[in-house]
Amino acid sequence: MSSLSLSTAAAAATLRADGLSRRFGGRAAVDGINLELKRGEVLGFLGPNGAGKTTTMQMLTGNLAPTTGSVSICGVDLLASPVAAKSHLGYLPEVPPLYRDLNVAEFLELVARLHRVPKARRATAVNRASERCGLGDVRRKLIGALSKGYQQRVGIAQAIVHEPDIIILDEPTVGLDPNQIRDIRALIRELGNAHSVILSTHILPEVEAICDRVQIMHHGKMVYADTIAELKQLHNGRTLLLGLNQPPDASELAAIPGVASAEPLADNQFRLRVTPNADPTERIVALAAQKQWGLRQIGPAQTSLEDVFVNLTRHDAS
Amino acid sequence: MIFTIAAKDLKSLFASPVAWVVLILVQLIAGYGFLRRFDDFLNLQPQLLQLSSPPGFTELVAAPTFSTLAAIMLFAVPVLAMRMIAEERRNQTMVLLTSAPVSMADIVLGKFCALMVMLMLILALIALMPLSLAAATRLDYRLIGSILLGLTLLAAAFSAVSLYVSSLTTHPIVAALGAFGALLGMVLIGEQVADNLHTRGLGVLAALAQVFSPVKNLEPLGKGVIDSYAIACLLLLAALFLALTVRQLDARRLRG
Repeated sequence: MSSLSLSTAAAAATLRADGLSRRFGGRAAVDGINLELKRGEVLGFLGPNGAGKTTTMQMLTGNLAPTTGSVSICGVDLLASPVAAKSHLGYLPEVPPLYRDLNVAEFLELVARLHRVPKARRATAVNRASERCGLGDVRRKLIGALSKGYQQRVGIAQAIVHEPDIIILDEPTVGLDPNQIRDIRALIRELGNAHSVILSTHILPEVEAICDRVQIMHHGKMVYADTIAELKQLHNGRTLLLGLNQPPDASELAAIPGVASAEPLADNQFRLRVTPNADPTERIVALAAQKQWGLRQIGPAQTSLEDVFVNLTRHDAS
Repeated sequence: MIFTIAAKDLKSLFASPVAWVVLILVQLIAGYGFLRRFDDFLNLQPQLLQLSSPPGFTELVAAPTFSTLAAIMLFAVPVLAMRMIAEERRNQTMVLLTSAPVSMADIVLGKFCALMVMLMLILALIALMPLSLAAATRLDYRLIGSILLGLTLLAAAFSAVSLYVSSLTTHPIVAALGAFGALLGMVLIGEQVADNLHTRGLGVLAALAQVFSPVKNLEPLGKGVIDSYAIACLLLLAALFLALTVRQLDARRLRG
């Protein structure tokens, strides 16, 4: 069973990067990154500014040559045969590459041509991409005359018009209003069903909302990689946040059956680690009433990804 | 692919006022020059008739009009080419082309073709001036053909050099000035160096230096002499700078 799922996973891998490094002068911007993306998967790429997210994406799309390492896209080596490999890619860089003096339809048509979409399918592809990105009513407008949010959407449309196997989006929701952000997130989720998507962002809820997997980069290294489901299970379900007005000693809380450990936080709060397959919530509530701890708050600790992110990336930032 | 990129660049060339201004200026300058020479020719005609084998309309009016164009191209080509790579990099739109399944050579050749189409248009408009008198006088079509061939090759060489300079910077104006400087330098220094080396008997070096003196290589064709080495020199100059442009853009991917 496990060997079967492993082999199908290997067959479905659309993008692989091995030991990817990039030096600028003496400084390593990206240092030995491994990456694997499966079909129908949305990978979130997190990291503080300057962590090397954009550099990594430039290397994955063939816009920057890695110092060491290799990238294979749908089984094609990007460095050995860039043209063949790039035909599977759609890329939205940090600054959307838009020709301001073309209108939206003309621009998408040009992108479709560049990506060798056959003439017969081109008009359909352009229509579909502009509808998906909510560009239906601005199709005849010059890109230079559009607002930042619309330009960003044209940027996304440009990355998907040729229905690539892998879509790489560098901060796709920058400059959008909350409604547009929701639309774009829904779109990315939908794209994730049929394509593989990598997106970089520093908006944590975004990753939790739309990604299947998350990788956190810091100082050019991959410091965390896990699936969102596992992350949620690990941190969400098994940690309780407890607020008491007259708290007892932490050891007394840790002694409650079902609680593995209790860690005192600021403001009379405690983070309780729960032993697997146990739910001590009721017991804690009962005890708190009995011993008059002044219970004011109890619930699962929810800022899981943010905790991971801050823990991994904060200490040496100062 | 080359065609797609060429069409795109031509479109954006005509979307900006630069192409139109260049077209207008070139027409004004060449038109004035043509009428002026035509006028002189008409005034001189009685005297010319006394010569045993007088130079005709083609030599006296058409040829000089075309050679004005060589001088005009010295500034027109850098201006037309300045935005092609510099501005794409400045606006970060180059990524669109480099992320697409298109080779760097296709990108450079596409832009080169766009420039050549534009320059052929200018050349055609100017060729119409003497050709409009085809019914009234006897034109030397061979000479005109040879001059047009020379100008086409010169345009190709100038375009390649200008594209290369445009790939070195992200400022279109700097690209235009740089390309103008490079071309002017070749015209002024290249010729002298070639002559100098030739008189010193360094034949091979002189032959090499001749590659970098495009206007000198135009001279034989301007007189109707098909000099294959001069043609090869012009082609070589164009090919050399196109290759350098591809290399320069590739280096950006390698260096970051």
